[in-house]
Amino acid sequence: MEKDTTAVKTTHGGHCHTGSLALNLPEGCKKIVLVGNPNVGKSVFFNYFSGLYVDVSNYPGTTVEISLARYGEDAIIDTPGIYGVSSFNDEEIVARDIILSADKVVNVVDAVHLERDLFLTLQLIDMGLPLIVALNFMDEVEEHRLKVDVDLLSDLLGVPVIPTSAIRKQGLAEVAAALSEAREGHQDPFLHKKLHEMLSRVGSQPEALMVLEGDAYVAARHGIMSGADRDEIYVRRRERVNDIIGHVVTDFDLTETIRQKIGRLVLNPVVGIPIFAVILYGLYQLVGVLIAQVIVGITEEEIMKGYWEPFIRGIIEPVISQKTALGTALIGEFGVLTMMVTYLLGLLLPLVLGFYLALALMEDSGYLPRLATMVDRVLNAIGLNGRAVVPLILGFGCVTMATITTRLLGTEREKTIATAILQWAIPCSAQLAVITVLLAKLGGLYIMLYAGVIFITLAVIGTVLSRTLSGKSSPLLIDIPPLRLPRLDNVVRKAVTRTYAFMKEATPWFFAGALIVSAMQVTGMLGAWQEILAPVTTGWLKLPKEAATAFIMGFVRRDFGAAGLLHMSLTPMQTVLSLITITLFVPCIASTMILFKERGLKQAVPIWLGSWVLALGVGGILAQLLIGGA
Amino acid sequence: MCLDQVKIGERVIIKEILDGTAKTQFIRFGIGEGSTVTCHSKIPFGPVVLRKNRQEIAIGRELARTITVERSDHGGKGHHRG
Repeated sequence: MEKDTTAVKTTHGGHCHTGSLALNLPEGCKKIVLVGNPNVGKSVFFNYFSGLYVDVSNYPGTTVEISLARYGEDAIIDTPGIYGVSSFNDEEIVARDIILSADKVVNVVDAVHLERDLFLTLQLIDMGLPLIVALNFMDEVEEHRLKVDVDLLSDLLGVPVIPTSAIRKQGLAEVAAALSEAREGHQDPFLHKKLHEMLSRVGSQPEALMVLEGDAYVAARHGIMSGADRDEIYVRRRERVNDIIGHVVTDFDLTETIRQKIGRLVLNPVVGIPIFAVILYGLYQLVGVLIAQVIVGITEEEIMKGYWEPFIRGIIEPVISQKTALGTALIGEFGVLTMMVTYLLGLLLPLVLGFYLALALMEDSGYLPRLATMVDRVLNAIGLNGRAVVPLILGFGCVTMATITTRLLGTEREKTIATAILQWAIPCSAQLAVITVLLAKLGGLYIMLYAGVIFITLAVIGTVLSRTLSGKSSPLLIDIPPLRLPRLDNVVRKAVTRTYAFMKEATPWFFAGALIVSAMQVTGMLGAWQEILAPVTTGWLKLPKEAATAFIMGFVRRDFGAAGLLHMSLTPMQTVLSLITITLFVPCIASTMILFKERGLKQAVPIWLGSWVLALGVGGILAQLLIGGA
Repeated sequence: MCLDQVKIGERVIIKEILDGTAKTQFIRFGIGEGSTVTCHSKIPFGPVVLRKNRQEIAIGRELARTITVERSDHGGKGHHRG
């Protein structure tokens, strides 16, 4: 990599320092990067600048979505919400790399929370990046009886500050007009000497600051040791922020607004738990009933099975018979063009979209951090913190999607625990639908037995993993944003973006899975497995021999497994025990592949084999106890 | 006294944050050693929610145990920054 050590101020234009940033942009195209804390309305700005043509992609090696769009001759890039630039997690790493390659930065800040937001602003200024600040939520400033002196703030920072109310579409055009006035702000004079020294070694001021602040990744890229001055630099920056706030913000009244009162009530257990119950019920109605039953009923049964499958078979059949090996793989029972397409578009797509809609609603309203706070203690018991509530909730939608989401957790240890719990004990929605049908026929006591056993298993494996895995889980430390009414267009856009990114990432694995299963079917391995499992099924699990088919089918698609039990004549106790076994049994093949991809062989093999032991162990012991001698 | 012993509504001054990463994150949120904060909520056996001006942050109970605080003399809702 070529380094320009002589140029001091022109380093932002150099595209040789972009590190792992792999965004394809034409020569001479300037990168305008949107940066801000989470929940500052950044996406509204991006949507304003981007218009219709947005390229959304996963940042290489992460699930962090990056939106990119052309803006005239230039490109506008959105970054994940961050509180500061460093390398604490995936989102920060991605944001950091994009910021390091920026030509111009639009920093969106929340005018009501300047104490928090200006920290990032000053860090960007210390990086020497040309900057403009969009001072958002100016409408709420009045509601909070605050006064912000915009001109003075601009003078103190040394960059243009544009007051905006993005949600009311106010000030957006002014921000666009001010882009050409982006400039370097007033940097910390104390940093000057050190920055200059480091600059001569790494060739770019933003990277020099990162190294001084102890960013090991950036330092390693330049083959030097990272600095040890982070604490000092941070404390000084905090003092500068507080000083600026003291001059520009006037607080007339700190009494709580109605929204703040509601926010407090949500965190009060007596009121918060019923509120949680109501929200869960709402989500169940949205995802569990409207999407999983009504919409999937139309998309999977009517559209895909009614029109698509006969259509594609009609085209292929005359050329390649279903009876040939290739025909089986393409249009057979588990064919990539039949079952897999139906599964992906008819079932998975609406479900994943539904879950992401629910997640976006909880995020944009500010409820999610409060929920994470409330469940933190419970999740501590299984070695996780409150943030793990996100993958665990998503797991009830699709375990594959949830396994990918474990990337947001703080430590490898937490990722392992959450992944194991998801892969072992969380039934995905496809499976849950069939389980519900079977259990509903049996009544209360059996439902309680099923739920109780799964819950206890989950608690026990979580506790055991938490006690046996080395290391320490990260503690909960999160910002609680104000409650806000979510904007529907933003919620939809976010959900669509994530769904697209997930489908793009997961689809090849689902296809690979279908091919493997087809191969097993053609070579007769599927039948052989059923025979091998038969003694375990009848002797140990006390189930009819055909139940083994259901377990194997569960590997193809988890709901196939459970659905296989629908047509078997089982006693109520046998039904419950087979459902318990099938829930704990190996996840579907796509999920398994993502498991191997995310956790690597060393962890994936024990987790995968562990589910055999767990399912057959728990199911078998209960069968021996509850069904007795046969 | 440690942060986990603070009662709802009480104002305290943060004395020491042992965990390095947590300390960095606190500074970003606007709370450093020496800041005066109010205990906004407490989840039974769970996190402590602190408030400084309009900033609210939730801190896991285990982490709260490692943060030393001191009761602030100022009662009520004074105007504090810093």
